[in-house]
Amino acid sequence: MSKKSYREAINEAIAQEMRRDENVLVWGEDNVGGTGGDGEQDAWGGVLGVTKGLYPEFGGERVMDTPISESAFIGAAAGAAATGLRPVVELMFVDFMGVCFDQIFNQAAKFRYMFGGKAVTPMVVRTMYGAGFRAASQHSQALYSVFTHIPGLKVVIPSSPYEAKGLMTQAIRDDDPVIFFENKVMYDEVEEVPDDPYTIPFGEARFTREGDDLTIVAIGRMVQFANDAADQLEKEGISCTVLDPRTTSPMDTESIIESVEETGRLVVVDESHPRCSMASDVSSIVAQNAFKALKGPIQMVTSPHTPVPFAPELEDQYLPDANKIVASAKLAMAS
Amino acid sequence: MANSIEPIVMPKWGLAMTEGMVNTWSVDEGAQVNAGDEICEIETSKLANMFECPVSGPLRRRVAPEGEMLPVGALIAVVAEPSVSDDEIDGFVTEFQENFVPEETDEDGPEPETVSVDGKKIVYLKLGDSDADPVLMLHGFGADMNGWLFNQGALSEDAPVYAMDLPGHGKSEKDVGEASIASLAATVERFLETVSLKNVHLVGHSLGAGVALQVAANAVASVKSITLISPVGFGTEINSEFLEGYITAKRQKHLKPVLEQLVSDKSLISSDMMDDVFKFKRIDGVVDGLKKLIETNFTNGSQAVSLRSHLDDIDGSITVIWGKDDEIIPVSHSENLPDKVDLHTLDNSGHVPQMEKATQVNQIIKTAIGG
Repeated sequence: MSKKSYREAINEAIAQEMRRDENVLVWGEDNVGGTGGDGEQDAWGGVLGVTKGLYPEFGGERVMDTPISESAFIGAAAGAAATGLRPVVELMFVDFMGVCFDQIFNQAAKFRYMFGGKAVTPMVVRTMYGAGFRAASQHSQALYSVFTHIPGLKVVIPSSPYEAKGLMTQAIRDDDPVIFFENKVMYDEVEEVPDDPYTIPFGEARFTREGDDLTIVAIGRMVQFANDAADQLEKEGISCTVLDPRTTSPMDTESIIESVEETGRLVVVDESHPRCSMASDVSSIVAQNAFKALKGPIQMVTSPHTPVPFAPELEDQYLPDANKIVASAKLAMAS
Repeated sequence: MANSIEPIVMPKWGLAMTEGMVNTWSVDEGAQVNAGDEICEIETSKLANMFECPVSGPLRRRVAPEGEMLPVGALIAVVAEPSVSDDEIDGFVTEFQENFVPEETDEDGPEPETVSVDGKKIVYLKLGDSDADPVLMLHGFGADMNGWLFNQGALSEDAPVYAMDLPGHGKSEKDVGEASIASLAATVERFLETVSLKNVHLVGHSLGAGVALQVAANAVASVKSITLISPVGFGTEINSEFLEGYITAKRQKHLKPVLEQLVSDKSLISSDMMDDVFKFKRIDGVVDGLKKLIETNFTNGSQAVSLRSHLDDIDGSITVIWGKDDEIIPVSHSENLPDKVDLHTLDNSGHVPQMEKATQVNQIIKTAIGG
C-alpha cells in the first residue's frame, strides 16, 4: 500500500487492466501527446496527464491520439466494444458531450437492447467535470444527471483516490458502457491506495460517517465537504450519516432509504444545478419510499441554476461547501 | 524505582499511527496502578483500545486531557513514588514538554519488504535490530501483519521481530496454492530459508498458530520456541458462521456482528476496522483464496486437521494462550494438553487476546522467548 493521487490511482487501474487484458485500449485527444510530430512522444498523456506513461509501456497500437472529433472517436469506441475490444476513451471535458452524444445515448447505450441482448458494449468514457478550476462555464459543469437519465449507461463518480482505482477497474471489466466522471479539482488529492488490482462493485453505497440524527447523501467531490460538515455538526451534538452512492446508475437506493428510515432527515449535496439533478432525484426517491420516516422537509445543497461563473469571487460562491451543508443540516433539524 | 519518575507516553500502535487521543481516563490521579492495568482508552484514526500501563506505581499526574489529539511519544501521564514531591513532578513535566519533539512520520520508519518465495511474492515487516534469536509472527485467517500492531513493536525491544503476510493475505501473493496447513507451513519454511532466519521463535495466531505448530513439528527449520494464540488444530469445532460471514458480508451493518465475535469487548470493532476488511476483500483473488482456505481446512464447520499429536514431536518450549471468551475456537480445546505446554487462559478476552490483552500477551511471549 502506498499513497497515490487521484490521477495516479486512475492511471494505475488502466495500466493494470491493460496488462491483464490485451483487449483494453486507450484513445482520446492528446492521450499520448505528440503523435505525428517530430518532438517528444507521450508529451501530454491527456490534458491533465492521467494517461501519461501508458504509451511508452503499451505502444501506439493500444494507446492512441485522436483528432478533435469526439463524434468519430467515441463512435469508434462503441463499435470496437461491440466487436469485443474494451476501449477506454476520453471525452476531455463532459461539457463537450453535445458533439458526440448521439454515439453515447442512442448508439452505445442501446446496443444491448436493440440486438436482443446478444451484443455487449464494454467501453469506458472517462470525462472531467466540476467547478473550482477557473475554467469558466464551458469547461466546469457537472452533467452526470444527464447520463444517469439514460437507460443502458452506467454512471460512476468516484469521490477519492481509493474509490477511483477500484471503480475504474470495475468499469473496464464491466460489459456495459460506463461514463466515468473525474473531478478535475481532485487529481492531486492523495490517500492510501493498494498496489494490487481491486474492484468496487457498482450500485453499492459507502458510508463515510455513521450517525443517528441526519442522513447526508453527497456525490463525488461533495463527499469530502459533507464529511467536514458532519464533523462540525458532531461537535454541536448533531450526529450524521454521510452516504456516497459511488454510482448514480445503478444507484444504491436501498441504502439511502434505509438510512433515512433510521435518521428521519435528509440533506442531499450535489454540485450540479438543482433542477433535474441527482439532488432532486434522490429527494424524490426518499419522498416516495420513506415519506413516513421523514421528520421534516428534505434539504438540497446544490449550485445555483446559472452557468458556472468565470470571476473567481463568484465561482468561489457558486459551489456547495461545508458551511452551506451545515446551514442546511440545521434547517433540516429545526423542523 | 524508589525516587524515579516514570513518563507514560502516547504509544505507537502499528506503523501508520502518528497520533492518538485519550478518550477517557479510567483511573484517578493518586491511584496505585500496576503494570498491565488499563488506565485509559486511546483512540487513533483506525481504532480505539484500552491502554495498559507499562509500569507500576502511583499515577501522580494525568497530563493528557481527554479528547485532545497528541503525537506518538507525547507525555500522557506520570508515575512516581510518593517520596517524589509535586514540585519535582511539575519540573519533570515542564522539562519533558519543552524537549519533546514528535517523531518524524513515515519517511524514516521501517517499511515492509518483499521477497520471492518459490516465485510468489511474500511481504514482511522487520522491527528491531538486536542480535538475539529472531521472532516470526504468523497471523490468522483473513488478517495480516497489521494484526500484530500492539505486539510487534513491544517485542522488538528484545529481539528482531518479523511479521509476514501469509499467502492470500495482506500484500502477499493472493494465490493460496493447496491452502492446507501443510502447504502454508512449507511456504513459511521456504521464507525462513530465503530470509536466512535460524533458531527462530514462532508466534502464531489461530490459523497461523496451526502453521507455526506444523513448521516446528516438521523440524526442517530450527525452531526454538512456539507460542500459539487461540490455535486451530486442537479440536474439531470452529465458528463457521464467522468464517462465512466474513466472506459474504457486503455492508458494515452485516459485517459488524461477524467481527464482534472476535472480541470480548464488542466496542473494539470500529468502522475503520470494517473498512479495512472490505478493502482487503475487494482485491483480486482474495475472496477465492479465503474460500479455498475454508474448504480445505474448515469444511462444514469442523476443522479438517488435528495437530495435537505434533505437540509430542517438538523439543522447544510450547506456550499456548487462549481467551476464555473465545467465540471462534472454544477455549475448551486447551484442555488436556501435555504437561510440558505452558498454558495461559485469559479473562475478558475473545479470539484475539494479542489485541484485547496486549500487555499480558506480550509479557507471556517475552517470557517464552527468554526462557
